[in-house]
Order: sequence, then structure tokens, then C-alpha cells
Amino acid sequence: MTTAAIAQAREREASLSARLARALSQGPLHVVVLLICAVWLLPSVGLLVSSFRPARLVASTGWWTAFTPPFNFTLGMYREALSTSGMAQSFVNSLFISIPSTVIPIMIAAFAAYAFAWMKFPGRDLLFVIVVGLLVVPLQMTLIPVLRLFNALGLTGTFLGIWLAHTGYGLPFAVYLLRNFFGALPKDLFESVYLDGASPFTAFFWLVLPLSVPALASLVIFQFMWVWNDLLVALIYLGGTPKVAPMTVTISNLVNSLGGNWQVLTAAAFISMLLPMLVFFSMQQYFVRGILAGSVKG
Amino acid sequence: MANTLLMALIVVLGVPAVMAGYVGLVEWLLGFLPERHRPGVRPWLWIGPAVLFLVVFLVYPALNTAGISLFNADSTRFVGLANYAYVFTAQDMLISFKNNILWLVLFTLLTVTFGLIIAVLFDRVRYEAAAKALIFLPMAISFVAAGVIWKLMYDFKPAGLPQMGTVNAILTTTIPGFQPQAWLFNPSTNNPGLIAVGVWMWTGFCMVILSAGLKGIPTEILEAARVDGANEWQVFWRIILPMLSSTITVVATTMIINALKAFDIIYVMTNGNYGTEVIANRMYKEMFNFHQFGRASAIAVILLLAIIPIMLKNIQDFRRQEALR
Repeated sequence: MTTAAIAQAREREASLSARLARALSQGPLHVVVLLICAVWLLPSVGLLVSSFRPARLVASTGWWTAFTPPFNFTLGMYREALSTSGMAQSFVNSLFISIPSTVIPIMIAAFAAYAFAWMKFPGRDLLFVIVVGLLVVPLQMTLIPVLRLFNALGLTGTFLGIWLAHTGYGLPFAVYLLRNFFGALPKDLFESVYLDGASPFTAFFWLVLPLSVPALASLVIFQFMWVWNDLLVALIYLGGTPKVAPMTVTISNLVNSLGGNWQVLTAAAFISMLLPMLVFFSMQQYFVRGILAGSVKG
Repeated sequence: MANTLLMALIVVLGVPAVMAGYVGLVEWLLGFLPERHRPGVRPWLWIGPAVLFLVVFLVYPALNTAGISLFNADSTRFVGLANYAYVFTAQDMLISFKNNILWLVLFTLLTVTFGLIIAVLFDRVRYEAAAKALIFLPMAISFVAAGVIWKLMYDFKPAGLPQMGTVNAILTTTIPGFQPQAWLFNPSTNNPGLIAVGVWMWTGFCMVILSAGLKGIPTEILEAARVDGANEWQVFWRIILPMLSSTITVVATTMIINALKAFDIIYVMTNGNYGTEVIANRMYKEMFNFHQFGRASAIAVILLLAIIPIMLKNIQDFRRQEALR
């Protein structure tokens, strides 16, 4: 064996034992981390397991008993939730409400954020501060006047009305985040494209938007989850009309009407969680980066 | 079915087209203006839609509500400050103020603390992304679904019977002699119980933002401190915490506003019964159950007034950051 090979072997051994020592000393850390994850996951696991059990067992025994024989799993509650209670229709309604209520505010906010970040006009800073200030107006405060306006215009119970409402409510945060992100883009970039004779239209759609994918993705997640999960706005502007009711309204009606028989809802609740979870997992990478840009660069 | 298809087309294609079309139209119209006037007019057209929406949905309603709060139930007679007098004396309202303060303190403290601890701990393991996703998961769950989840958690059967609520089952099996609790009905446990649901849902938000801030601390600084013999405990208190202070302020502010606006969890789980009423839920009841528009508006105004000091602080911070830009 050559000396080089011996040295190499020693080194490997040393790094292996070092790694082992580190792993051992980090043992408690891993235990704590995994324990936190387990605690946070426990409630959702309870729901998931329950939703696959027969309703009568969910009502009488704990969900963990499902793991001891006799194993009793069924799709019964999913079948019931999807067929009897108009859940399929409200799933589609939720999509019809959420997609435009995500696209419209983010686009409008992007236009405004671009002007706030890269155009000069009198009162720009003051106006932006007011927009940020509107972040904290409680939603509840706007319900009565907007409801009266919607009634006068015949917008109550329509998709258009709820799109407009979510746009108004989502704008302050969207403008705030995007303005911070757009403002952090390098200045030379704009100077060079404008020198090349590009219009603001071109700069916006072919430079600013593509560069801001992280911020846009994080906003899409936030706004989509907020609209998809919203109960209050839908409850008020859509009234009780089942034809346009989103999942949250349908499920909450079931909670109230079923009373003691709420177990059927475990399946319904899980169905309502699926899409936002999918959106989150598919955009998580962008999401973390977008937040980073928004909060750290300030 | 045809309607559904048409709607789907509008939703997926029509809406984005209208949005992009607006800017196209603006730039086309600007083309008719003399060159030197364009930079003066353009910004107003770009921020126009946003300003219009904000005025219609936030500014005008806020002012309007302030006006309605001075009138009687159906806004036909001026009553001065009578609604405010009611709000500050009614028994239900006093309970909600007390509960909102409890929410404000407990919810903010716990979400920010847990968010910080989790961000710092998870930063040291290799499966950080997956672990963080699990903590963030509840953010993707609607309050309605969360209500169902936590009904399963808090379920109560009298002592002696097999417990089917997760919390009672764990406590009765691990602690000998533990009496099962009716968590949501018992006035001493129901408010903390509801706040726990809020903490479970919002800690992920705090964690994501704090973790992003943590990654922004240059590693050289941390390494330098460690080389100089600082232990992890000192690194956390003397370096990480001070350097994260502005991020912590942002997160804490957001959580305080959330606590003041708390509505959904209470609405779904107890609807304010058994002494769990909060301001926002009270307001909803005054408006839609009792049709007391004046009182409901007065409650909304008070909610806004409570938030204004926080808003001023935020604007101050923003100004300071702008000065540094």
C-alpha cells in the first residue's frame, strides 16, 4: 500500500468517525425536529384516517383504533360527500371563484406596483403609503357598504361580484409585495432596454414579469389559498345561493345542519384541502424565494 | 353544462385577456398624446385600476361605515354616540374585548415564538424543506376544514368511557388519574383551545418569513462568533435575535392584526358560545342575525381604531427603510 493510499484511508476513516460523532451529538436535535413535525401533522392525520372509516365507527371510537384489527376502511364517506350534498358543484364553483380572484388582483397590483417602482409622478410615495395603510382595514368594516352597493348593482350572488370584492381586498398586500420586489430589480436593466427603444409595455411583459416569477408565485399561493379557504366574503356576497356556493360555504352549512352527524364532513373537509395543498407543494420553491425577496429587501 | 363550459372559458382565458388588454389599450391611447406629455399621464393610467378598486372596496366603505355607526339599526335616524355607548357597556361586548386581548397576547406570542424556534432548529437539518412543508401545511387548510379537524381533536366523552378525541385520549392514557375535559365548553379551557387552533394554522407563516430572514444573515458573522468561542445559545441570543429584529416586528405585526381580526375559527367551532365571543364574530352577529347595522358599524370602527397605532408604526418602519434604499 502506498503512503498516499494510507493517508487517504485514514482521512476517510477520520471523516467517517467525525460524521458519526456529529450525527450522535445531533441526535437530540433530530428528535426535537421530528417531534415538532409529528405534533403539527397529528391533527391532519386524524382527519385523513377518519375520512376512510365508516361513519358509525368515527362517531363511536377514536381514529387510531382503525390501526388495530379488525381493519375497517371504506370510501363510503367520500361517496356520500361527493354525491348527496352538492359537493361536486361547489368544488367547481370554488374554482370559478378562486382562479379569477387570484389573476385579477395580481395583474392589477403588478401594473400599479410597476408604476410605483419605476415611474415618477407627484404624490407617489404618499399614495403608496396609503395603499400599505389599507392593509389593516378590517374586512368586516367594508361589508355593509359594499353589500348595499352590490345590491343596487345586482351583483350579489354573482361570480363577477365576488371576483371584484376579492380583488379589492387582495390588492394592498399584492401591491406592497410586488412594489418591493420590482423596486429591488437592478436599475441598469431598465436603462438598457429603454435605450434600445422598448416601450413600458414591452419592459413590463418581457422583462419585469419574467424576472419576478418568485414574487408572483408566492402571491398566487397566498391569494389562491386565501380565496379558496375564504368563508366570510363568500357567505355575505353570494348569499345562501347553493348554485354559486363554494366548498367552504357548503361544508359550513353541513356542519350546522348535521349537528351531531358531523363525521361525514371529514371526507368533505379533506376534499377541500386537496387543491390548495397541491398548489402549495408545486409552488413551494418559488414561494420561499419570493417571500425572501419581499421581506428581506424590504 | 354549456353554462359551466362558458364560465370555464371566461375564467381561464377571458379574464387574463381583459387584464393584459387594459395595458395594451392604455399604451395605444398614449400613442395619440404628444411625446412629452406621455410620462406625466402614463403612471396614472397604470395605477388607475388599483386605485379605483381600493377606493370602492376599502376607502369608501371605511368612511361610510364610520357614518353608519352614528345612526340607528336601519340607518334612518341619527343617534350620535349611542351605538358606541352600547358597544362599551353590553355584557357580550365586554367578553369579546377580554377575549380579543387574550388572543392578541397568546396568539401573537405563541405563533412568533414557535415560528422562530422552528426556523432556527429546522435550519440545522438536511430535510429542512420537507419538515417546513409539514409545518406550513395547515395554512393550506380552510378554517372550515380546520374546524372539523379540531372537533376530532377536542372531542369529549365522560370519564370511564373510551375517549375518541385525540387530546383527551392522549392525556388520559399518559397521565394516570387525568379527568377528560370538555375543552370547547369549559370556560377556562375553551379560549386557549381555540387559540391553539390559530397557532397551529399560522405558525407556518411566521416560520417561512423568519426562516427567510435567517438565511439572510451572513454565515461569516455566525462563524466568526463560533470561532471566538460563543456557544449556540449565545449565538442565538446575541446575534440571530438582534439581526432578525426587523423581520420579527413585521411578523408580529401581521399576527397582531390577525388576532384582532380573528373570526373564522370561532365562527366554525363555537360561534362565540360558552364565553368565546370575539369582536369580529360579535359584529357579524349584530349585522346578520340582529340587523343592527348601526351597532355593527360601531364595532367595525372600534376594530379599525385598535389597529391604527399598529398601522402608524408600520408606516414609520416603511419610511425608515425607504430612506435606506
